[in-house]
Amino acid sequence: MGNYTELLRLLAYLVGIIAFAALNAAYLVWLERKEAAHIQRRIGPKEVGPYGLLQPLADGIKLMTKQLIVPAGADVILFKVAPLLILAPAIASFVTIPFSETLVARNINLGLLMIFAFASLNVMGVLIGGWGSNNKYAVISAARAVSQNVAYEIPMLITAITMVMVAGTMNLNEIVMQQPNIFKWYIFRFTASPLMPVAFLIFFICSLAETNRAPFDMAEAESELVAGAYTEYSGMGFGVFFMGEYANVVIGCSLATILFLGGWQSPFGVPADAHWSLFLFKPGILWFLIKLYLLCFTVIWVRWTYPRTQFYGLLNLSWKYLIPISLFNLLLTGAMLKVFQS
Amino acid sequence: MISADSLTELVFLVLAGITVLGALIATNAKRLIRAVSGLAVCLIGVAGLYYFLHSPFVALMEMLIYVGAVCVTIVFAVMMAEPFPERHAKISPLSGYLSFAVAILVFVGVAGLGVKTAWKAAGSTVNSGALIEVGKSLLTTNSMVFELISIVLLLAIIGSVALARAGREK
Repeated sequence: MGNYTELLRLLAYLVGIIAFAALNAAYLVWLERKEAAHIQRRIGPKEVGPYGLLQPLADGIKLMTKQLIVPAGADVILFKVAPLLILAPAIASFVTIPFSETLVARNINLGLLMIFAFASLNVMGVLIGGWGSNNKYAVISAARAVSQNVAYEIPMLITAITMVMVAGTMNLNEIVMQQPNIFKWYIFRFTASPLMPVAFLIFFICSLAETNRAPFDMAEAESELVAGAYTEYSGMGFGVFFMGEYANVVIGCSLATILFLGGWQSPFGVPADAHWSLFLFKPGILWFLIKLYLLCFTVIWVRWTYPRTQFYGLLNLSWKYLIPISLFNLLLTGAMLKVFQS
Repeated sequence: MISADSLTELVFLVLAGITVLGALIATNAKRLIRAVSGLAVCLIGVAGLYYFLHSPFVALMEMLIYVGAVCVTIVFAVMMAEPFPERHAKISPLSGYLSFAVAILVFVGVAGLGVKTAWKAAGSTVNSGALIEVGKSLLTTNSMVFELISIVLLLAIIGSVALARAGREK
């Protein structure tokens, strides 16, 4: 019997994760349009449903009814596989993210490494899609995406290693458990390194660049490259790419939440006498989602506030500023850990 | 009724199938980019086999390094070359008798080695990921190898800088 409950549990989590990824993609698009509109003093979607809340549904139906056109001269197999290569690893990464203390599909000890391993497949999808569609804009965009991803993966991984050194584990749930209240969140853990807020900033900037979000969306710069690697995709092919992109944004933000902002822990900590503890004080999925969506909101906010950087500016920022600073932080953290915690 | 053993065998067969399929695509594809994709599929299969063999750390590293870095670099290099370079000469990998014989010899040798060696049992359980053991052995028993690898990487970096500099002056 034990095997079957385990199997059922896994199935339930799989369905839940796929639904979560799809819902997020749909409603982050809504949030993106609404937020962009308000930043630009417009209203945004308002016709379909109250506050345009049913707009994603209409968009989805529109995308599904469109024909999937494969351009002449394209590599049919690669063209069709590429969107899946972006979405599938993103969904697989959700498996190890702890939404609350118990709500985690597979709490493996190498959770952090697993997310980075799957995220590295992402570039392959953009490359294959760009190359397979036999379009010059797509190929240029794919080449840009790779150099960008390679450049930003380094400071991101160095920061992640710093965090692993401080936490002493790669198990995401255990990392969260070490941050019971706001003063113990890793972003304010000055005893480990005075540069912790900087490390958070580096991680956040890198996750923006890794997910090809503005101001680092050189790979799909509309004014130069039509729609970048996705130029030739129509209908749900484009839709799946888009879902993958938003799923990756959500994963980047959850990872930042888990590593620096205490994951599912409440910022006030759990009071000693549970009598007067309100619902808000309880650590759990509510806090995780609040932090996650505040970060997602910031990601969208950044996109509509800053103009697109130049390509050289983007590479310079990574190689000349982020990598040296994150390396220095790694050294400093190592030294401080040795001095204060040995 | 599905027993746990037959399920395990099924998982193994699927993973081995993915690996072999990827390898066949890599060697038989006409387009270079498809060959690289085949290689990526093959390496994902290998990573799955590592996971199957209770070493998730090696499996994830395989994905991170071989699929995420090596294959991407190869695809990048292919993009620099001519578009859709079809292979001109039609050569089947099974055509040369000599290569076939060598392949069989290698297979027999490796299989014999695999069957006859007295393997040590895995030192840790699945969820620990063997991370601590790997770290300890890298910094104690195998620290020499670890340092040598860093020298190789340093040489590679210096070499690429030298090449890039030379290219700029031309």
